[in-house]
Amino acid sequence: MKTMLNVALPKGRLGETVYQLFAEAGYPCPALLEKSRKLTFENPEAGVRYFWVKPSDVAVYVERGAADIGVAGKDILLEYQPDVYELADLNVGKCRMAVAGFPDRPVSQTLRVATKFPNIAKTYYAAKGRDIDIIHLNGSIEIAPILGLSDVIVDIVETGKTLKENGLEVLEEIVPISARLIANKASYKFKTDAIRTITDSL
Amino acid sequence: MLQQLAQNLCGLYKTYGYQQYSMSKFEEYDLYLQNKDFLISDRILTFTDTDGRLMALKPDVTLSIIKNTQTQQQMLQKICYRENVYRPGKSDQGFREIMQIGLECMGAVDTYSIYEVLLLAVSSLKQICENCVLDVSHMGLMHRLLEDMGLYGTVQKKVLDAISHKNSHELQNICEEANVAPDALVALARLCGKPAEVLPQLNGIFGEVPELAQFRQLLTALENAGADCINVDFSVVNDMNYYNGIVFRGFVEGVPTGILSGGQYDGLMKKMGRTGKAIGFALYPDLLERMQTCRQQEVDAVLYYEACAPVEDVAAAVSQMKEQGMNVCAQPAGTGTLRCTQRYFLKGNEVRLLENDA
Repeated sequence: MKTMLNVALPKGRLGETVYQLFAEAGYPCPALLEKSRKLTFENPEAGVRYFWVKPSDVAVYVERGAADIGVAGKDILLEYQPDVYELADLNVGKCRMAVAGFPDRPVSQTLRVATKFPNIAKTYYAAKGRDIDIIHLNGSIEIAPILGLSDVIVDIVETGKTLKENGLEVLEEIVPISARLIANKASYKFKTDAIRTITDSL
Repeated sequence: MLQQLAQNLCGLYKTYGYQQYSMSKFEEYDLYLQNKDFLISDRILTFTDTDGRLMALKPDVTLSIIKNTQTQQQMLQKICYRENVYRPGKSDQGFREIMQIGLECMGAVDTYSIYEVLLLAVSSLKQICENCVLDVSHMGLMHRLLEDMGLYGTVQKKVLDAISHKNSHELQNICEEANVAPDALVALARLCGKPAEVLPQLNGIFGEVPELAQFRQLLTALENAGADCINVDFSVVNDMNYYNGIVFRGFVEGVPTGILSGGQYDGLMKKMGRTGKAIGFALYPDLLERMQTCRQQEVDAVLYYEACAPVEDVAAAVSQMKEQGMNVCAQPAGTGTLRCTQRYFLKGNEVRLLENDA
């Protein structure tokens, strides 16, 4: 019997793109693409069991062994620093983590930074020796500088359209982001061949 | 079950000449302040003692052992322990009390001592689960390679971090920026296999250096002793300021994280003013809770009795069942159940078997 790998996929557009990669690499599970409320999908011949998970939760499932492998954005990995192996850069879901704000704003002593990624923001500004006031928000971060809640934001930027439409622009790029294949460290020890094979074929 | 395991392990270590060391729950906070980087977390439970000293509930055992034993290089001190340490839980959970079982071999440590410690690590894992893996790496080899490649400071840290995550693509980026060839490091990150298949590759990566000769000698000896669960994997990375030689991490099937962690830490000995070397490991049995095999029955038998049953009848039935060697929990009919092997019902004077849960 083939070793079954539990694979956590991020719900949403990225997850569907990533699933195509797995399918083309020889690990299809067509039932997954049907519109249903099912949460787990198996293909015993290929040795995979997929499940949909909130993107920011993939790392938790993999770290705690509920999933052997998973796909998570580098932004999630940098923010939560899960104790997992990062086996490959899948080169999809490409975007960047950036500081954005109004281009001509005067800069206050202690920069007020609104963000969904407080750890990334803290690390970035600490490396610059800059003291900041972090405002942890959960969504629609772009509104913060417009309403005067913050001076700048640290957020993911894809096309930059949302920023532009609100009069904001990218001030500094922090790091490029893309989808990464991660693996549970213990699973890697006991299912080495299965995990290596699937990594190499992607 | 964990108590039994602790007893078995300390018993095992004693057969190799280890003495069990018991220590105080508290140490001066200063001890940990001076050696912050050796600890897993810098959050420590502290309190002010009656004499005004700032004390800490131990987050670690090794530092206490080094401090309280005056080991020098001419002696060989072999100490084992079973202690509770106090560490913050994951993700903003509060402090927790965690059981730590382990051993330290200090002073005149040589290749044989290192071999014996590794053997005990393997035996400890096997006691828990036949299906286990001991990942083995060598910080001395890593250190030499990175220095030879001219990688120091922040870059060195980044490289070690990437290797610990098996992050080959990040290594490629770092090497590109530092203008060095990534091949050796990428090969190291990918490495994961039995000594027999991996050792030939290591020569190509590190060259024929003394550390590799020792590494090879240890792995061969362990293989000859029947330790078949050893895995060479350089993603085991410990702080090079403290760990200068072999480092290792143990896994058992069914537990998603490593449960055993150890290595040779001459650097820490030196920092604490001791001459002589040291090697040891620690095991965290609390992590075994999640293992399937841990879920045993809580009691052999549950005996239900009716509300009208006389006390003497219940007592007689319980007594009879206990004489048959069972653990019995007598409880009124209709109340909740412990996990048990069998359930019985007392009707009048008769004990009837209800169902088999096994």
